[in-house]
Amino acid sequence: MPAPGSVPKVELRGVKKRFGDKVVLDGLDLVLQPGHSLVVIGGSGTGKSVMIKCVLGILRPDAGQIFVDGQELTRLSGRARDEVLKKFAMLFQGAALFDSLPVWENVAFGLIQGRGVARAKAKDIAIQKLAKVGLGADVAMLSPAELSGGMQKRVGLARAIAADPDIIFFDEPTTGLDPIMADVINDLIISTVKDLGVTTLSITHDMVSARKISDHIAMLYKGKIVWAGPTAEIDHSDNPFVDQFIHGSAEGPIKMEVRA
Amino acid sequence: MNVFAAIGRVTLGFFRETGRLSLFTADSVTGVVRPPVYWWLIAQQMMRIGYFSLPVVGLTAFFTGGVLALQIYNGASRYGAESFVPVVVLVGITRELGPVIAGLMVAGRVAAAIAAEIGTMRVTEQIDALTTLSTNPIKYLVVPRLIAAVISMPILVAIADSIGVFGGYIASTQSLGFNGSVYMNNTMNGLTFDDVSSGLIKAAVFGFIIALLGCYNGFNSKGGAQGVGAATTNAVVTSSILILAANYLLTNLLFTK
Repeated sequence: MPAPGSVPKVELRGVKKRFGDKVVLDGLDLVLQPGHSLVVIGGSGTGKSVMIKCVLGILRPDAGQIFVDGQELTRLSGRARDEVLKKFAMLFQGAALFDSLPVWENVAFGLIQGRGVARAKAKDIAIQKLAKVGLGADVAMLSPAELSGGMQKRVGLARAIAADPDIIFFDEPTTGLDPIMADVINDLIISTVKDLGVTTLSITHDMVSARKISDHIAMLYKGKIVWAGPTAEIDHSDNPFVDQFIHGSAEGPIKMEVRA
Repeated sequence: MNVFAAIGRVTLGFFRETGRLSLFTADSVTGVVRPPVYWWLIAQQMMRIGYFSLPVVGLTAFFTGGVLALQIYNGASRYGAESFVPVVVLVGITRELGPVIAGLMVAGRVAAAIAAEIGTMRVTEQIDALTTLSTNPIKYLVVPRLIAAVISMPILVAIADSIGVFGGYIASTQSLGFNGSVYMNNTMNGLTFDDVSSGLIKAAVFGFIIALLGCYNGFNSKGGAQGVGAATTNAVVTSSILILAANYLLTNLLFTK
């Protein structure tokens, strides 16, 4: 466990991002401490995905700063930036497996392409990582299209942990799965995270999953964090936004933007 | 007021799109010279872009050469200039029809396939996944296709030229009563390096256009299946128009001295 006052693993300060006239992130501040599992909750279209893509370097924020281990990612470029980004791994919502490659090459992709590991060695590592997420070596030669949604998520998780990242991002890890498979994936995430001792940042609107996989929760609304605290305190937040969201009520300060 | 707003919107949209395409082109071209080079992907794309386009390009070239001979004969016989048929077929095929017909056929086949594949990768977040796995999507997806297309197209057009001339030969000897050896002799005597090489230069440029617009439209596709469909259509339409426009410019550049 980290000492109090240590350097945050990831910190966002006043991050802003807009697409055309639509402001998505409006001065977002967020701190992720080392070893923590933080889940950011929020409704659809509140900017959760955009936030994660800004940290991952897929999108560039219009304003604000992002720090990773005290280094300002938003000021780095070239190789220095690539080195910081190598600390990250991501499990995408739809798993985002490369359908032109067999399962093992998907898992080994970051090792072969990003880190120059030899193919034979990378294949061995891939099979080990598949075993960690409960998949046998027989799955390794299959194509991603032959797998069920739950199995694709497992392969996505194996791919995320393949290069031993510091921080793993989870984008809606349980969306689109049946409740039982969702719970299996939640358990798998918890055991993997414990096993590797990594820091995680997840985004979800599934409160069951959020409570289960997090030790801290932050709530995003209209491009800002409106509440953040330990998961145990979520039911006593005294925050009308949080209360409305966790109870799934249509009544409250959050107004759904429903277009006719 | 609305008229001006509409004109403004269209104009801004045009410049925005042109700017985006220019940046994308610059990124892709600089990607060609920076390591790593994905040799295996280049070879794989040459198979897909070049080799698998052979049947369709060969067939269109054959029939185009044949029809060219028939029509030129029709026109030339009015002035008793039938003996010019072989060399006019040759010049027409190597300078213009070989590269343009091959370019348009490959645009329909390959630009569409590239846009659909990359577009699907975009909407299923596979391109974002590449970034998170320390792989530059432009270098991994665009550069191999660009290189493969620029190399494959001249080879494809060289073959299309031969087949097109052969199509003219078949039409002339079978329906127009030309003597085969005289026809071949006339063709060989009319063959110049400049005619063929100018066609091959065009082919390389067309290859670049096809791969670039296929990738560009794929990369910028939005939404789901509908977005990918729109990207595919756009890739074919824009690359075909650009091929014809570039053909005019290149002809101007290569042949007006």
